[in-house]
Amino acid sequence: MSNIVTLKDIIVEFDGERILDRINLDIGDKQFVTLLGPSGCGKTTTLRIIGGFINPDSGTVTFDGKKINGLPPHKRNVNTVFQRYALFPHLNVYENIAFGLRVQKLPEKEITKRVGEMLKLVNLMGYEKRSVARLSGGQQQRVAIARALVNHPKVLLLDEPLGALDLKLRKEMQIELKRIQEQLEITFIYVTHDQEEALTMSDTVVVMNGGIIQQIGSPVDIYNEPVNAFVADFIGESNILNGLMVKDKLVEISGRQFECVDKGFGENTPVDVVIRPEDIRLVAPEEAQLSGIVESVIFKGVHYEMIIEAYDYKWIVQSTQAAEKGSSVGLSFLPDDIHIMHKMDKPAKVQEASAENEN
Amino acid sequence: MKVLSKIYLAIVLMFLYIPIFVLIVFSFNTTKSRTVMSGFTFEWYEKLFRNDIIMSSLMNTIIIAVLASIAATILGTAAAIGINSMKKLPRAVVLNVTNFPIINPEIVTGVSLMLLFVFFAARMNVEFGFATLLIAHITFDVPYVILNVMPKFRQMDPFLYEAAQDLGCSPVKAFFKVVLPEIMPGVVSGFLMSFTFSLDDFIISYFTSGSSTQTLPVTIYSMTRRKVSPEINALSTIIFLVVVVVLIVKNIIERRSEAKKGMPIKGEKA
Amino acid sequence: MKTKLIASPYLVWMVVFILVPLILVAYFAFTDGNGNFTLDYVSDVAQYSPIFVRSIWLALIATVICLLIAYPLSYILTGINKKSQSTMLMIVMLPMWMNFLLRTYAWMTLLGNNGLINSLLGFLNLGPFKMLNTEGAVVLGMVYNYLPFMILPIYSVMVKIDKNVLEAASDLGCNARKTLFKVVLPLSLPGVMSGITMVFVPAISTFIISRMLGGGGNLLIGDLIEMQFLGNSYNMNLGAAISLVLMVIVLLLMTIMNQFNTDDDVVLM
Repeated sequence: MSNIVTLKDIIVEFDGERILDRINLDIGDKQFVTLLGPSGCGKTTTLRIIGGFINPDSGTVTFDGKKINGLPPHKRNVNTVFQRYALFPHLNVYENIAFGLRVQKLPEKEITKRVGEMLKLVNLMGYEKRSVARLSGGQQQRVAIARALVNHPKVLLLDEPLGALDLKLRKEMQIELKRIQEQLEITFIYVTHDQEEALTMSDTVVVMNGGIIQQIGSPVDIYNEPVNAFVADFIGESNILNGLMVKDKLVEISGRQFECVDKGFGENTPVDVVIRPEDIRLVAPEEAQLSGIVESVIFKGVHYEMIIEAYDYKWIVQSTQAAEKGSSVGLSFLPDDIHIMHKMDKPAKVQEASAENEN
Repeated sequence: MKVLSKIYLAIVLMFLYIPIFVLIVFSFNTTKSRTVMSGFTFEWYEKLFRNDIIMSSLMNTIIIAVLASIAATILGTAAAIGINSMKKLPRAVVLNVTNFPIINPEIVTGVSLMLLFVFFAARMNVEFGFATLLIAHITFDVPYVILNVMPKFRQMDPFLYEAAQDLGCSPVKAFFKVVLPEIMPGVVSGFLMSFTFSLDDFIISYFTSGSSTQTLPVTIYSMTRRKVSPEINALSTIIFLVVVVVLIVKNIIERRSEAKKGMPIKGEKA
Repeated sequence: MKTKLIASPYLVWMVVFILVPLILVAYFAFTDGNGNFTLDYVSDVAQYSPIFVRSIWLALIATVICLLIAYPLSYILTGINKKSQSTMLMIVMLPMWMNFLLRTYAWMTLLGNNGLINSLLGFLNLGPFKMLNTEGAVVLGMVYNYLPFMILPIYSVMVKIDKNVLEAASDLGCNARKTLFKVVLPLSLPGVMSGITMVFVPAISTFIISRMLGGGGNLLIGDLIEMQFLGNSYNMNLGAAISLVLMVIVLLLMTIMNQFNTDDDVVLM
């Protein structure tokens, strides 16, 4: 697989603060790649470097085999769907979409044809003459996508494009975006803080925090094999405990020893242990090595979410069966469900993902 | 309460309008009396239009207002664009100096410009007249243009400019295709404000005009200094009518454009 | 980087025609006719202190009267329905668009000894009263001319007050009067403050109103300055000194007023 965009040793500093710290990233052609992380992690900055709106302080940006550092945005074969769409308020739907083609001074016939194709692609036929101010959020979103795609970019950059939509519409647009990407066979680079969005649409997810890439992998890899406690915590809910790797395939948590599948950590090494809430089975207290008291039970629709306190750690457990509040239960999990990871150099600050823009 | 409000409103309006209506009524009076209507005539209007001083100063006023407001609009819009991209401190300094002509008493602005012209009159060949008036008008107009244009930058989606570049515009092209249409309402209202202030200005013109070129307000002032003349009443009536017509037209245009914009539709339809 | 350069023509203009003239005012105030440094003119200003006191006093009275008229008026205006509100505002503001010399001239003809008011009073066997060429006439002229400058900022602040806030106040037990004093008044304070400066500054520096309605006996600072530059007592250095003092008074006032004003949106028109 050839790479369409390559970032090598990218460093960006702003007012003495390091926003991006040696970013290395290869983006394969025709892939759906998502940059995922909490606000302030540097994902938007990375996107803007590819778009040409920011020049990195050091490092190289390669596009289609050519170095493009310093190339202004209008000379790049890349288009962007902006966070709040940035539609031109003085132009109607048709003219917004035709904007890029008019700048290229294409013949009117060609413009009509390509705008028509786009309107069809995003399901906005009949809206040509409508003022963009009179569109709903979802429709504005579609115009923004059409306006970018009409120029046939090799890469489409999307900066939290669904952030302003409500939940139901967001889910619809996720499916729609994936469909468009597959239909057009171009590269999408998508920025979001929403892990569910990232897992749903992407071929590759790039998890970022504090200006550093934490993990690159397929959604399944990222979810099942997080490389550190930050990724584990950011992707889905997790129980993250301090553990001690006694030897290969044996880990100690809360003073008890468990069989696991990981090896190569050495002997008696402190590690982070991650166990997903849905991987825990509730059993009778005497049947498990660990037991605790049920502190709370919340009905979440498809399952119950319970907090169980055992040995000074509050476990999150998801189960279709509810345990009684205050009762004593055993926690059981398989060796395969225990994920062992190296302690991070510095404790990753897990920030709340928020809908706010990052600067 | 409702009734009291209405009475209050009526009294204030009477206070505001009675003097003007008295002027209008007596502009049709056959005699020069300002207390007794003795008959109806257009005599004062005819005299007004045949008064060369008034007509030439009217011409001066219009020419200067047009030139000054156009110059101020170009100068001020360019300034606003530049100021907008300045760092915090220089920006604050420039905006504060720009505010001087607005907050300073007009007479101080007028006097300071007069001093400038006097100071350089001795050194260069500066004569009080058209040029000094024009410079003075541009000077007090520009701050209003900047004041009108600057907020439009704040209201504008900062990503529009980037979006245009993303779609293939060079920075200059992006400015003309996207930014300019966005700030245009500010530019237009800045221009209109400059134009009306220029038309109406007396104090600064008074200190910066020479005997050769006078504006209408300066001429009106010298007329009120001399003996009573119903021509002033006639002039007031005409100006009042012009103001009324302009304001009504302005109102209609504003309402139309508001109705045209309409409200965004909530919810998805497609 | 390059964008900043677009401002340079204006920056040159600003320096030459705003900054340099103001520096010249100071220069003339502190030098004599031969360009030698002197404090004579600035100290001479002291002998005109009665005129300064009168100007400040009359401007103050006019400002207070404007406030007393404009505040209830703005409150009433915000109360009427949206559609007639803009029309009503236009009607209130319309006289402002007439040239202010003509408006002042109108009062000259009304107030004169043989003016309309006195002749109407004559029918009732009253008067004639001396109204023109009095301090009262000057204050009246100030109020008439500058009232819109008070109405506009107060109105534009009041109209922005969220109706929900008023409902919340009555929900929390305020009657109409309490809502006015506890909610509307504090929220409209920025408008009041800018209204006060917008009336006081032109009122304290006018020379037309005092000339036309006050006769020769009610000189104000503006008249004093005008006389030094274009009048009989031609003395530009003294005029500059008086202007400088006036400017300092106004700037002091603005600084004080700005302490109250957190909202910089209030703009004329």
